[in-house]
Amino acid sequence: MNYFAGMIPFFVVLALGGAFLVSLAGRRLKIFPDIAGLLTTFSLLLLSVLAVIAVSGGGLLVYSIGAWRPPVGINFVLDGLAAFMLVTVNLIAFLVSLYAVNYMERYTDKWKFYTLFLLMLGGMNGVIITGDMFNLFVYLEIASIASYALVAFGTEKHELEAAFKYAVMSTVGSLFILMGIVFLYSYTSTLNMAHMALVLAQRGTSNILLMVSILFIMGFGLKAALVPFHAWLPDAHPSAPAPISAMLSGVLIKSLGVYALCRVFYNVIGINPALSSVFLVLGTLSMLIGVFLAIGQWDLKRLLAYHSISQIGYVILGLGLGTPLGIVGGLFHLFNHSVFKSLLFLNSGSVEYATGTRDLNKMGGLIKKMPVTGRTNLVASMSIAGIPPFNGFWSKLIIIIAAVQAQEFFYAFWAVLASILTLASFMKVTKYCYFGRLKEKLKGVKEVPVCMKVSMSLLAIICILGGLLILPRGESLFLGKAGYSLLKGTSYGNEVFEEVNK
Amino acid sequence: MSREHEQGMSVIVKTITRLTVGLILLYGIYILVHGHISPGGGFPGGIIIALSFIHLMLAYGKDAALKKLPRYVTSFLEGFGALMFLAIALLGFSGGYFFLNFISKGEPFKLFSAGTILLSNLAISLKVGAGLFAIFVALILFRFDDEGEEE
Amino acid sequence: MIVYLLCLLLFCVGLYCILRKRNIIKIIVGVIIAEYAVNLLFILVAYRRGGRAPLHSPDAVIENMVDALPQALVLTSIVISLASTALLIAIAMRIYQKYRTFDITKIRELRG
Repeated sequence: MNYFAGMIPFFVVLALGGAFLVSLAGRRLKIFPDIAGLLTTFSLLLLSVLAVIAVSGGGLLVYSIGAWRPPVGINFVLDGLAAFMLVTVNLIAFLVSLYAVNYMERYTDKWKFYTLFLLMLGGMNGVIITGDMFNLFVYLEIASIASYALVAFGTEKHELEAAFKYAVMSTVGSLFILMGIVFLYSYTSTLNMAHMALVLAQRGTSNILLMVSILFIMGFGLKAALVPFHAWLPDAHPSAPAPISAMLSGVLIKSLGVYALCRVFYNVIGINPALSSVFLVLGTLSMLIGVFLAIGQWDLKRLLAYHSISQIGYVILGLGLGTPLGIVGGLFHLFNHSVFKSLLFLNSGSVEYATGTRDLNKMGGLIKKMPVTGRTNLVASMSIAGIPPFNGFWSKLIIIIAAVQAQEFFYAFWAVLASILTLASFMKVTKYCYFGRLKEKLKGVKEVPVCMKVSMSLLAIICILGGLLILPRGESLFLGKAGYSLLKGTSYGNEVFEEVNK
Repeated sequence: MSREHEQGMSVIVKTITRLTVGLILLYGIYILVHGHISPGGGFPGGIIIALSFIHLMLAYGKDAALKKLPRYVTSFLEGFGALMFLAIALLGFSGGYFFLNFISKGEPFKLFSAGTILLSNLAISLKVGAGLFAIFVALILFRFDDEGEEE
Repeated sequence: MIVYLLCLLLFCVGLYCILRKRNIIKIIVGVIIAEYAVNLLFILVAYRRGGRAPLHSPDAVIENMVDALPQALVLTSIVISLASTALLIAIAMRIYQKYRTFDITKIRELRG
């Protein structure tokens, strides 16, 4: 057993333990929640960086809980894709909790925020590393329920309304997923993903698999806010406090939606041309409809939320292409989107923190008063719009090149168009919010506190340097391994059992 | 009628409650500790234990039940139960594996058998029972707060 | 086969309730019905013809038991439904406090 394999459970244990400790001790000690939140997320980040190094050899690590071996017991699987997602999630979580130290001062009961935040983080990490179908559902629900509560955290009118809508729709999505799991269990008589992949490979295709695929696309599509199922996202994401918007848009929809979708379809059920074309169509639809709806928005956070739908479309488009380049592009865009979308939401949070409004019409000239926020926002806007030196450009370029290589000129065209529209709508944001004449009312605006500045600056630096990840060394260490995990398809099952029986 | 009787339900309900609530609690504990050898376990046991307190609250009003089990105790027990479960899972590392059943399994069908299962059931029942009671209290008390705001 | 279809019908009743009803409480009831239908389906999937309860006692001969695993899983899924239902109810009560109505057609601050 690899030396690191023993550490795998700590991705869940640390987050959940932190959550419960905060709920026990955070009530009395005012400083404790901040420290616990920062320490937990930082150690999780370190662990996930170690995880990337541990799987850099190319294999995967399996941890059997309670020493029960996979076909019987629950296991955790750490492969390239899981390590990649863990780094993404925990990086954003750490920076967001750094930001929240100052931002959440406005709310009472900070310990409740940190409890729910760490619970959500634990759920997401669990979804990523688990190798068991039902366990996936349980972690998914832990993360989702914590996120419903976090959306309603401010308990204002519109927050409650958004949270209710989100909770109902997301619960229905979870039910579709559970139903899919029930059918899969009845067909394969196992819940272990690796074993399931083996059994399904033996049995061949059947109508039940078709039904399961439809249920999973609906369920995970609801969690990922793909276009026919996106109605909750533009309400829920802007209503949450800014750090939570950043978490929800940045990583939650990806780890619960996109990651789980990929894991199930690529590694367990096995991808086929029909599914690929469904991904392509859904991705393109989300990309276009998201960006068209975004252009008309005047509420800053709502605009960003629509862009999340559009950018998730790119990720799904890249993954749906199914070629090595397309998958790497999709995953790279997933990482980049986590970084710049969280940065944009944190910026919008800073603007709201300083000016108290989210309406673009009431802002203007803020870059003079808030230099750090303004400049980091410029970096993030250019990243999301795909301006060359920033990371968003490279991932979009890879996706478009992959689409052209795969002879899908139709989808490549829409991807370029959506990128241009994204640029247009972010020019609107920068013009109305940060440049132009300073409004009379905003004369007294001050720059935000230090922790928020540090967090935003770090994210902006990652935006600038993120493009380096496609250099050969970064690619082979980080993205290539993740892409390989998806490309190997249902031989995932064989690999897990080889690792266990070693 | 005295002040005491204004809270809660009628005398009949109160008397019956006084007689049955202890039995419900005992039954919950029975379900809880026999979880590993018969149907039941931490979740049903915890729910039944919480139900005995909810029963008390319904019959005698919120003050009587909250005197027996104040809110800070509930939330402490909830966090404690979760941490205890986590601790049991982590103690499995003494045998090298997370969640390893490190206590000797004992003889099947005896009360003290199955290693950590009994302890885990205890932790789960604390978490579930306290959680359910806390949810109930939160939902019940919320409406009072709301009416207070109106006046 | 017919029981599975009835189970799916129950699920559709829940979905209908969620999609068509205007009262928040009725929507929550719809969610509960749908959850119940999925749990029921899980238990039905585990049923074996003529099977008995999966209990193990010292003198019992183990033969023809129903599948025990889904019963444990359904318990977990019930706990999850408990949490999400409690949260939904709490949000509904807060909504009533703010808007003084349960009608979702009147609760529309968010548009676009």
